[in-house]
Amino acid sequence: MSTNKDYKWIGTRPIRPDGADKVTGRAAFGADKNLPGMLHAKILRSPFAHAKILSIDTSAAESASGVLAVMTSADMPDLASEMGEAGESAVDFRDLSHNILASGKVLYHGHAVAAVAATSAKLALAALKLIKVEYEELPVVLEIEDAMADDAPILHEDQFTPGGSKDKPSNVAAKMKLPRGDIDKGFAEADIIIEREFTTPTVHQGYIEPHAVTASMSASGHADIWCCTQGTFVVRAMTAKVLGMDVGKIKVTPSEIGGGFGAKTTVYLEPIAVKLSEKTGRPVKMVMDREEVLRATGPTSASVIKIKLGATNDGKLIAAQGSLKYGAGAFKGSPMAPGCMCVFASYEIPNFLIRGFDVVLNKPKVAAYRAPGAPMAAFAMESLMNEMATKLNLDPIEFRLKNAVKEGSVAAYGPKFPVIGFVETLEAAKAHPHYSAPLGKNQGRGVGTGFWFNIGMQSSATINVNESGSVTVITGSADIGGSRASMALFVAEELDISYDLITPLVSNTEEAGYCDVTGGSRTTFATGMAVVKASKNLVANMRKRAAKTWGIDIDDVTWEDGAAIAPAAADKQPLTMAQIATSAAKTGGPLTASASLTAQGAGAGFGVHICDVEVDPETGKTDVIRYTAIQDAGKAIHPSYVEGQYQGGAVQGIGWALNEEYVYNDKGVLQNFGFLDYRMPVANDLPMIDTVIVEVPNPSHPYGVRGVGETPIVPPLAAVAEAVNNAAGVRICHLPISPPRLLAEIDAK
Amino acid sequence: MESVQYHAPQSLEDAVPLLKEARTTPSRILAGGTDLLIQMRAGVKTPEMLIDIKKIPELTQLEMGADQIRLGAAVPSAVMDENAELHQQLPGVVEGMELIGSTQVQGRATPGGNLCNASPAGDGAPAMIVSSGQCVIFGPNGTRTIPVEEVCTAPGRTSLADDELLQEFIFPAPKPGQSDAYLRFIPRNEMDIAVVGVAANITVDASGTCTAAKVALGAIAPTVVIATDIAALLVGTKLDDDTLAAAAEMASGLGSPISDKRGTTEFRHRIAGVLTRRVIKIAAARAGERLQ
Ligand SMILES: Cc1cc2nc3c(=O)[nH]c(=O)nc-3n(C[C@H](O)[C@H](O)[C@H](O)COP(=O)(O)OP(=O)(O)OC[C@H]3O[C@@H](n4cnc5c(N)ncnc54)[C@H](O)[C@@H]3O)c2cc1C
Repeated sequence: MSTNKDYKWIGTRPIRPDGADKVTGRAAFGADKNLPGMLHAKILRSPFAHAKILSIDTSAAESASGVLAVMTSADMPDLASEMGEAGESAVDFRDLSHNILASGKVLYHGHAVAAVAATSAKLALAALKLIKVEYEELPVVLEIEDAMADDAPILHEDQFTPGGSKDKPSNVAAKMKLPRGDIDKGFAEADIIIEREFTTPTVHQGYIEPHAVTASMSASGHADIWCCTQGTFVVRAMTAKVLGMDVGKIKVTPSEIGGGFGAKTTVYLEPIAVKLSEKTGRPVKMVMDREEVLRATGPTSASVIKIKLGATNDGKLIAAQGSLKYGAGAFKGSPMAPGCMCVFASYEIPNFLIRGFDVVLNKPKVAAYRAPGAPMAAFAMESLMNEMATKLNLDPIEFRLKNAVKEGSVAAYGPKFPVIGFVETLEAAKAHPHYSAPLGKNQGRGVGTGFWFNIGMQSSATINVNESGSVTVITGSADIGGSRASMALFVAEELDISYDLITPLVSNTEEAGYCDVTGGSRTTFATGMAVVKASKNLVANMRKRAAKTWGIDIDDVTWEDGAAIAPAAADKQPLTMAQIATSAAKTGGPLTASASLTAQGAGAGFGVHICDVEVDPETGKTDVIRYTAIQDAGKAIHPSYVEGQYQGGAVQGIGWALNEEYVYNDKGVLQNFGFLDYRMPVANDLPMIDTVIVEVPNPSHPYGVRGVGETPIVPPLAAVAEAVNNAAGVRICHLPISPPRLLAEIDAK
Repeated sequence: MESVQYHAPQSLEDAVPLLKEARTTPSRILAGGTDLLIQMRAGVKTPEMLIDIKKIPELTQLEMGADQIRLGAAVPSAVMDENAELHQQLPGVVEGMELIGSTQVQGRATPGGNLCNASPAGDGAPAMIVSSGQCVIFGPNGTRTIPVEEVCTAPGRTSLADDELLQEFIFPAPKPGQSDAYLRFIPRNEMDIAVVGVAANITVDASGTCTAAKVALGAIAPTVVIATDIAALLVGTKLDDDTLAAAAEMASGLGSPISDKRGTTEFRHRIAGVLTRRVIKIAAARAGERLQ
């Protein structure tokens, strides 16, 4: 693979194929699907955060005006506990089912209990009020440490901590331990040791588009699902499992998606809509409102992370110890494991011990959120790295360079790193004018770094050539960040034809080959690999057609400038793709090529962010005044969309650091269930986020691609906190740094 | 919402029969709708009749007179913001309205709607009060005029009868050496609800001595708090740091702010003091510029 090769299309910035439809309002999102005879379904949600369901009486609702069906968990098969794939993470299908509709117990305020399908949404809502549910309230547990206490209210009587007591159920669903070397010896050799505990609140992904689905079950038992999702195949697999159907009886068609950030890799509504459609024989549509999204769909975990870090006077890390506790919400499955694997992954540390805890509590079950588990871990570790650099009197980037992992370093989670770009990214940050720009009064600067594995997994692609020579490239990978443009760029480069001749499509589960979810920053990497492979297959096929037309050997035909040429045969005029396509009937039929693969060698991503803030010391308000995100992309296929990922991740991280948090009352009822009081940053809260794309190609990808979507949310938490520290002189260990909290910290100084 | 009758009278006269009907039919005046329509969607308000006032000329006029400024109740805040003369004369009143919502909301939101929505955290009222705004209230029996501070009686409640509407605001034109300002605190920079809002109207003489003052605070009590003690403290001083510190301390003791997801009681008290000091300084500086 040549890194400095001039590409014609890769690395250019053409307009995205879905752009015009999105800016003119023509694009169809989840809630835009309507069918004749369609019903509307609504969900009855628990008024308690923890309670036994003693009885549910749906009879009055069933006979209410306009109502055609009512459903509870009794309408779904009883599943045994069974782990399965859910995108990047694993899911227990029984938990999934019980999260979709509560069975026996409600475990968080807003937990779905029943659903009603009626001729209008209004009638469905009215009928919900007629469902009588008898509850027996149970004590509520909302904080991680409280849930781990011996006398904590237990969410699941059948959940025991692996390796723990076999008689006493526990809210600790899983534990993890990652050791290296001898930490006692390591800390004994350290000249400086710092230990601190950090906490982060429950935060939501905050996608603009609420979950929406329309489902239609045919009389022959074939279900059609239209929904907004990051993974049609995962919707199919989960719906099939939860309803006891075969995947072959379910077709999932994706809409455009108004944000997912990892969270649209599970199902909440789809099985309900399918079941209600089966019961009524009519299509059923379900659309959540914002309140339902915030109360009952996956936020990401709150965390309590304690780290002890030891370094020698020459600036080398020598020992580290971490305890990482993540709240999973109502069912096991927080991103504790990736958090543990990431926490020390960026540095060479000879001795460490990492312990992780996955803890259930009475909040909604968490869902993936960009680099699941890593931002909290990096907040803790990177904050300590900044503090340690200060203690060592070292520049914070210099300190990281002294300890950074590089090719050949053994990652804290096991494998040896291949070619990675952490050092290059740190150096680019250090050289950036932002890093040395002067600061004014009440202003401060902070840096933070981030690591994410990125993943490969399975992808397929098909390319169909039209008789004019234009092409359609079809994959089953949801486009959540501009990936269609990247797929078209791969095809343009490989076939050596204009980007404008290519229509990239995301198709349904029956027409596209299997693709795992768009998650783990895998789509441009892995689905891109399938597209490149399919393109190469197509070029080989077209060379064969040309060879046949000319009556020469295929080895004497090459492909250049979008045409077959025969370098050795001067009398053969180049055969353009259009010519080959037009005459395809005579040379073997329509031109189409496919490829499927399990992509190996996803390249790890490293990012470094520089943040400047200004703090109002009298009000505790923090304004981000300058921000630069620097990250290794391997190779940026469409640089604008790579920059968009850097900016989007940085913004979400800034929100997480400054104002976002779930505010519960002591009964476990979320108080800020709308965007007014769930404070994500708005446009004028932010400066333009500057970006620098570092390119250290990933040798496992034909164009050097690494995933870029997740790493950018990892560095901001610590970068913002350190900037605040430098502006206001207070070390922030607890997020968010909201004005009341910061003012209290300044007072306590 | 079953169904709603919608009327858009073209004149005050045309509005009279509708206002009479409003005595018996649950009705609402519709100005920009940026509060009302949201409340209707949420099922919080369920009127059977809407009287859209945006077509009534008296309600959409902004008249800059030598002695007084007449501001129609249904003038959109964007129109207020675009009026350079209004910025000159009543910068605080404009500030209160121009920080509402976003550009889109600005095109619709009105001062009448802001006041009659009667939110304790409404941004419009404090500056309208310190700048001595009067409200002309129109009803089937004619008009009556009351000070702005007499409109809101409790959160969501006004002193207007079911058959009345707010026609316009009348402000005395500021004298030389007089000006106003409004500041609010929100955790973000836009699209948020005031944790505290403070307005000041200050008059200074050529020596820099404060000769008249009015200060009002929003979001710290069910209705706007007029801080007469602070005003009394300011008059006769040169608004020096000590005086302002004393004013801030007094402001921190005012009202009965609640603790909720938007801020704690303690935090609101603190911010009330900080903003009071800052807003008096801004208003005084503007007042000084108007001496020439
Ligand atoms: C996104 C967004 C952000 C916002 N940000 C802010 C903010 O920062 N600060 C703030 O204070 N508000 C804010 N608001 C609330 C709202 O925009 C303002 O209160 C606005 O001024 C209301 O004016 P309106 O004309 O839209 O009122 P409407 O919704 O039309 O009316 C509000 C109420 O007043 C009554 N009413 C209206 N006009 C009259 C009249 N002439 N006579 C008698 N009764 C009348 C109506 O019946 C109704 O009860 C925001 C709203 C949105 C949607």
